[in-house]
Amino acid sequence: MQRYSLFSLARNALTSHRNWQAAWRSPPLRDHYDVIIIGAGGHGLATAYYLAKNHGITNVAVLERGWLGGGNIARNTVTIRANYLRDESLPFFVKSVQLYEGLGRDLNYNIMFSQRSMIDVVQTYPKMRDLKRRMLAMDIYGSTYEPISVAELRRRIPSLTGGGPDSRLPIIGGMVHPNAGVARHDAIAWGLARGADDYGVEMHQNTPVEKLLRRSDGSIAGVATPRGDVFADRVAVVVSGHTTTLTETIGLRLPLRTYNLSAFVSEPVQPFIDVVVNCPDSGFYLSQSDKGELVIGGATDPQQSFRRGIKESVFEETVSGMLELFPSFKRLKLLRQWGGSLDFAHDASPIVSKCDVPGLYLSCGWWGGFKAVPAGGLTLAHLIATDQPHPLIESFSLDRFNRLDYVIESGLTSTR
Amino acid sequence: MLIITCPWCGARDESEFICGGPEKPPRPENASDLSDGDWIDYLIVSPNPTGWLAEKWWHANGCGRWFTLERHTVTHEVRPFSGDDVSGEAVSGEGKHASHP
Ligand SMILES: Cc1cc2nc3c(=O)[nH]c(=O)nc-3n(C[C@H](O)[C@H](O)[C@H](O)COP(=O)(O)OP(=O)(O)OC[C@H]3O[C@@H](n4cnc5c(N)ncnc54)[C@H](O)[C@@H]3O)c2cc1C
Ligand SMILES: [Zn+2]
Repeated sequence: MQRYSLFSLARNALTSHRNWQAAWRSPPLRDHYDVIIIGAGGHGLATAYYLAKNHGITNVAVLERGWLGGGNIARNTVTIRANYLRDESLPFFVKSVQLYEGLGRDLNYNIMFSQRSMIDVVQTYPKMRDLKRRMLAMDIYGSTYEPISVAELRRRIPSLTGGGPDSRLPIIGGMVHPNAGVARHDAIAWGLARGADDYGVEMHQNTPVEKLLRRSDGSIAGVATPRGDVFADRVAVVVSGHTTTLTETIGLRLPLRTYNLSAFVSEPVQPFIDVVVNCPDSGFYLSQSDKGELVIGGATDPQQSFRRGIKESVFEETVSGMLELFPSFKRLKLLRQWGGSLDFAHDASPIVSKCDVPGLYLSCGWWGGFKAVPAGGLTLAHLIATDQPHPLIESFSLDRFNRLDYVIESGLTSTR
Repeated sequence: MLIITCPWCGARDESEFICGGPEKPPRPENASDLSDGDWIDYLIVSPNPTGWLAEKWWHANGCGRWFTLERHTVTHEVRPFSGDDVSGEAVSGEGKHASHP
């Protein structure tokens, strides 16, 4: 692999940048691999990378319907945080943030990870109680959450001029999560792909999987694609949002529903917000990108959807919530909007698991799964390599539903 | 914005309604005879098609009636429910998942 450094940059500048190696190869598709990973998003690529790096399994094909890193990882608002509540989830997300801290160096790729803190703007007492409870739980697992006063909140976010004592929902305080930050979404996908490629993993773009294939004994045999059938004893479905579309081809029923989540950006402006601002009671969050655009997100669509776009009513609600707290943003022009299909499990926690089909592995239910990319890949790779769940994902197994043993985070994260 | 036809009030703006999630098969009469797997399947597994989906809607800010319609999950077209009418009983009455960066 060609290493990236100041020196290689200077050397390639001398030849007008014409001699850079491709970041990954495009080898011909073979008909047999040890492992097939369906989906070249963050989770699929991280799984391939850690399979090779930690377990020495390199005869691996990642099959991608469109182009590498063109799914939700390209559409997300890049917030990385670990302010969860449950003993089942907290260690996983804390680990994921820690892995992000070392990922750029590990991959020799500038992932532009900026641990700039997330600040919650709290406007109701139930929300404040919920966040304080998280603070205590997070303390046990080595992550930080700290209350701040309204005055300090306004000092750190000067453009936050709404939510005064006379407003409908006055601001009552804030919480700071200093471990939180943002990273460059494309760089995560490209850096992981380049790292996996270096170990010999193959990435095949424009290769949609149409069907899963089973042997007569019920175990997984491989996948059917328009480029021919491809066989492997172990297949991982890592297709974010489209999991049921694939598992239905072998009659596997999963407690998942797909929703559209959208975001939009403003025109670029001078730097003026240096943290991720989350306003759970008003239903939106935002951060400012390096280009100066405000990146803004809100709630999912209120009903199931595979349509990737923005729903007018969701957009209006998000903007009106934002303008109550940031009235000066009325003057901002909005540039682009988009959406992505995400699947939600019945308890809204992720599923990283084996299933009834021997050799078939699932990683799904990631509706805030950009932050989870490194730990999701690490643990799924462990599961594929050893057929045993990594301790961090034992609670995210599919059979938790048979025991009605839900990991309920969302009742707390998402009640407004 | 969708235009939803309430069987009582006629065509109205989507903002008057709350979506109650997909229509489910009728509750098994013999629940205690079912295997755990079948019972849990009934409880938590819902259809998730890329296509037409039978869905419960509640005219919450109108006449209050629950009814079933079909909506296409890709185009968001809406059409009348073609199956048996099992209206009257709410499913989960769920809302949307609120913001979460
Ligand atoms: C608007 C928005 C904002 C978000 N904000 C955040 C955030 O701030 N923080 C956070 O942590 N998370 C966020 N998320 C969630 C996050 O983007 C996803 O949870 C995460 O990207 C999902 O994992 P992935 O990267 O593997 O998915 P993807 O990038 O979607 O990868 C799945 C891949 O599978 C491919 N695929 C699908 N079907 C097939 C098939 N049949 N055959 C072959 N390939 C197939 C797709 O083309 C895709 O490339 C956001 C999502 C959206 C939509
Ligand atoms: Zn009505």
